[in-house]
Amino acid sequence: MDKPPVLSPDASRTVPAAPERKPLTKKELAADHPTWCPGCGDFSVLALYFKLIEKRRLWQEKITTISGIGCSSRFPYFVQSYGAHYIHGRSLAFASGVALSRPDLHVFVFGGDGDLFSIGGNHFTHTARKNIKLTCVAMDNWVYGLTKKQTSPTSPLGFKSKTDVWGAVDYPINPVKQALAAGATFVARTTHSNPNHVMQMMEAAMDHDGFSFIECLSECVEFYEGAFDAANPRKGGVFNTVPATHDVTNEVAAYKLADEPFPGYFGIFYQVQRPTKGAREAELIAAAREKLKGLKDWQILQKTFEKMQ
Amino acid sequence: MHGMNTTEAAAAAGGAPRVSTINEAVIRIAGNSQDGIQAIGGFLARLAGRTEQEVMTFMTIPSTISGGPSIFQVRIGSGEVLSAGDEADVLLAFYQHSYDGHLASLRPGGLVLYDTDHVQPNPEMQGRYRHVGIPISTLTIEAIGGTAKDKGKNVFALGLLARMFDLDVPKLEELITERFKGKDESVLKNAMAAFHAGYGYTVGAWTETYRFAEARHRSGRQVVMNGNEALAYGVIAAGVRFGAAYPITPWSDVMEILRRELPKYGGTFVQCEDEIAAISMANGASFAGRVAVTGSSGPGISLKMESLGWAVMSEVPLVVINIQRGGPSTGLPTQVEQSDLNLACYGSHGDAPRVVLAPADVEDCFYTAIEAVNIARKYNVPVFILSDQAIATRIEAFPTPDLEKVCQDISPDFTPVAEYKPYDLSSPDGVTPRVVPGTRILNGRYPVAGGLEHDEMGHPTGSPRLHMEMTAKRRRKLQALARTLPVPKVYGPPEGRLLLVGWGSTRGPIQEAVDRARAAGESISSLHLKHLYPLPPGLEEIFAGFGSIRVVEMNDEGLYGYGQLAGLLRARFCDSRIAGINKTDGLTWKVKEILERARAVLAAGPAPEQPVHAS
Ligand SMILES: Cc1ncc(C[n+]2csc(CCOP(=O)(O)OP(=O)(O)O)c2C)c(N)n1
Ligand code: SF4
Ligand SMILES: [Mg+2]
Repeated sequence: MDKPPVLSPDASRTVPAAPERKPLTKKELAADHPTWCPGCGDFSVLALYFKLIEKRRLWQEKITTISGIGCSSRFPYFVQSYGAHYIHGRSLAFASGVALSRPDLHVFVFGGDGDLFSIGGNHFTHTARKNIKLTCVAMDNWVYGLTKKQTSPTSPLGFKSKTDVWGAVDYPINPVKQALAAGATFVARTTHSNPNHVMQMMEAAMDHDGFSFIECLSECVEFYEGAFDAANPRKGGVFNTVPATHDVTNEVAAYKLADEPFPGYFGIFYQVQRPTKGAREAELIAAAREKLKGLKDWQILQKTFEKMQ
Repeated sequence: MHGMNTTEAAAAAGGAPRVSTINEAVIRIAGNSQDGIQAIGGFLARLAGRTEQEVMTFMTIPSTISGGPSIFQVRIGSGEVLSAGDEADVLLAFYQHSYDGHLASLRPGGLVLYDTDHVQPNPEMQGRYRHVGIPISTLTIEAIGGTAKDKGKNVFALGLLARMFDLDVPKLEELITERFKGKDESVLKNAMAAFHAGYGYTVGAWTETYRFAEARHRSGRQVVMNGNEALAYGVIAAGVRFGAAYPITPWSDVMEILRRELPKYGGTFVQCEDEIAAISMANGASFAGRVAVTGSSGPGISLKMESLGWAVMSEVPLVVINIQRGGPSTGLPTQVEQSDLNLACYGSHGDAPRVVLAPADVEDCFYTAIEAVNIARKYNVPVFILSDQAIATRIEAFPTPDLEKVCQDISPDFTPVAEYKPYDLSSPDGVTPRVVPGTRILNGRYPVAGGLEHDEMGHPTGSPRLHMEMTAKRRRKLQALARTLPVPKVYGPPEGRLLLVGWGSTRGPIQEAVDRARAAGESISSLHLKHLYPLPPGLEEIFAGFGSIRVVEMNDEGLYGYGQLAGLLRARFCDSRIAGINKTDGLTWKVKEILERARAVLAAGPAPEQPVHAS
C-alpha cells in the first residue's frame, strides 16, 4: 500500500510512470459514447483531452475529470478515468476539495458558460483568487444548451432565446476579463474549430503551477448555430492570435486585448507565478509540524488537552 | 445551594464567618461583555475540573460583540451536575442593568454581591435577597494602580468568590498564571494583585462562607471545554484532515479551531466563499479519499442541502455539523432551539436517506464526532451532527479521553484492485466499499461519482428498474445501520405513568426533572435519543411500559400539535400516546418548567386507550 498523502507540497504532482506502461490510447480512454448532438463543438474538446492524456502520459488513476451540470458538463462520463459529475455551478468548489487534499492528482474541470459564470460565478472568482492548482476549461457556447436555449451570461445583446424572445437585454460577461479581474494566474482563449490551438492551450494550462483557465468557444449547433463563424477562417472569419509583442505578465495589457470586439484574440493573455493555495497551506503545515517533530497524532492532541486540564 | 446538608455552625464570637458545607452552588455573574465575565466562568470551570467537583456552565453570548450585557452562570457541585441550574444561589452584579435584569434569577434568600460604584440597590428587594455591596471598581483600581481603569475587576471578583467558597487558592493562582503568562509581565502582576485584593477583602457582611462536601473520587484528570471545542477535537481524533466552511454564529468557533489545529496534523481547513462552496469542497475531499467535514448553523445548513443530496446519491461519506440556533431565516443567532431536526432528516429534494446524530452534552460531542466519521466511512453516507447553541457555549469537565486508543488513522488504501463496481447491487446491506482516485483499477474501467441516477458503474440511466434498485440500496444501508444501534436505556424504572423523551442538549434538565419527580413519589422516567435517523431498535417495547409519552423539545408544536421528534416518532410508531412538551423562547429548559409540564400531563390522567380498529 502506498503511503497515503495527507497534504504535501505540490511537487508530488508528477508521478513517474512504471516503465512497462504504454501511453493510454483513445480506445482505452473512451467511456460512454457522448450524448452530444452531431456537430457539437464539445466533441473536439473531448478528442483533444484524450490526445493530451496520451501525449503527456497521464494515467487514469492519477487524473480526475470534474464537471457541474450542462451539455458540456457531461464530459466526465465520456472519459475512462476517475471522474465526478457534480451539481450545477459548483464544480470548481468540489474540484478545489480534490486538488487541495490530493496534490498528487491532476484535476481538470470542464463546464459551460452558465455553469461557470452564472450559478457558479462566485466559485469561479474565489477559485481563481485562491490560485487553486487545477485546469478549468469553460466550453462557452453563449447559450444554455442542456435546458434548450435560454439566455446565458455570455449571450450577446439581442440574442433571441426562449427567455428573451425579443433578444437578450442583459450585458454579457467576458470570461477572459472576468478571470483577470478575479486574479487567475493563467488565462487563455481558444476555439473548438482550431484543434491544434486547443491542444497548445491545454498543454500550457496543464503545465502552469496554479489556477489555469481556458475559455474555449464551443459551438452549440442546435441552439446557436454559427455563433462563432467570425472566428473560423473556414467560414469566412479570422483567427487572430495574441500578438507576439504582448507581455503575458502585464495585466492591464491583457485586459485591453480581451476587450477587443468579437472575434478578438486567441492565445495566452496572462500568465504569472503566484504561490498556489496548496503551497501556502503546505507551508503552514510545515511550520506547525516543525515544533511537533516525532510526535504521533494522538500525542499532539494530548498536548492540547493538557492545556485544557 | 439546594444541596445544603450539614452546617458546621462554626460561627465564632470574634465575628469569623460561619462555614456551611454544601453539595453544589449556582453562581451567576452579570456584567458587560468587555468585563471578562466569561473569563471568570472559565476559571471556575477549570478549577472545578482540576479538583473533584463536577461542573457545568451556562453562558449567553451578547448579540452586540463589544459592550452590552453578558452573563455567565456556573454550577459547581460535588455530585453529578446535570443542568446549569434553574435558580442562582449567588448573583454577582457589576452594573445597574445586571442587578435589575438578573435579580429575579436568584432563589429566595439568595445572595447578591453588587458593585456599589455602579449599583443602587432596590430597597424593596432587600428583604427578599441578602445584599452585600462592595466597591468593586474602586478597590480594583486601588489594587492595580491608577492607570488601569477598572480592567481586572473580573479577577477581583474571582478573589471574592474564592474567599466565599473556600476555593483552592494555589490552583487558582496557577490558572491565572497559565492564562496571562506570555503576555506583558505587568498583566500577570496586575491580575494577581486584583485577585488577592478580592480574596483579602473582608467586611462584616461576610457572615457565612461555604465549603464543598467531599466529592466522590474521580480517577484521572478532567479536561474542561465547551461543546464546540469538543466537536472540533473529536473530528481531529477521528482522523479527519480536511474541512471547509463559512463563518456563522454559533458554528464559527468550530471552524476557527479546526483552521488553527489541523495543520499540526498535516491537514487543512478552508474558509470558503459561502456554505455551498464549503460543502462542495468537503464533498470533493471526501470523494478524493478521506472523510471530510463541513458545518454551519441555520441559514448555512439550508444552503448546503442540494450538495448534501449529491453525497447521498453518489455515496460519498461526509460529516455535516449543525450548531442549531433559533430559526427560521436569520432567526435568533445567539439563542438556542432544536428546530432543525426536520431539515437534518429530510432536507434536500428526492428520497435522500442520511444519518442524524445528536450529542447530549460536551463530552458526548467529542465521541459523537468520532462515531459520525465512522458511520460515514462504513456506510458511505452523509452524517449530520445536530448540536446546538446551548452545548456549543457550555463548559463542562469530563475525564480526559484515552487518546492513544481513541485517535484513528483513516487514510485511504491505494492498493490496486482488479476491478471495481462503485454501486454494486449485489453487495449485502447495500454497502459498497469505496475505491478512491489514486488507486489503479487493472481492468481499466474507472468509476464516475455523479448526481444522476446511475448503473452499477456510476453511468447515467433512466431505467425504472435501476432507479428502484438504487433507491432501495441507499435506503438499505441505513436500515442495516439501524440494526447495529444500541437500544437506548430508560432513565428511571422501565415502567410507569409517564415517559419523557428527549434528544440533544436537553438530557441533563430532563433527567434532573425525573430525579425530582421520583423523589416526590411521581412515576416519571425518561429516555434520551442520540440516534435520531435512523432510530435505534427497541423503542416500541420501551414505550409499551408507559401510560403517556411526551417528547420534550425546544421547538414549536407544529400545525398538528407535535414537535419535530414527536412527529417523527408518531409517524414511525403510530402511537397516539405520543405528544409533545415544547417551547420556543430561545432559552434552555429549566428543570422546573419540565416538571410543571410533566405534572400537568399526570394530572390530566392516563392517555385514552389506543383506538382498536374494527376488522
Ligand atoms: C440548481 C440547478 N438549477 C438549474 C438546473 C438546470 N440546468 C441544468 S444545465 C443548465 C444550464 C446549462 O448551460 P451551460 O452551463 O451553459 O451548459 P451547456 O449546456 O450550454 O453546455 C441549467 C439551467 C440545475 N441542473 N440545477
Ligand atoms: S444542445 Fe448544443 S451544446 Fe448541447 S449537445 Fe447539442 S449542440 Fe452541443
Ligand atoms: Mg452554455
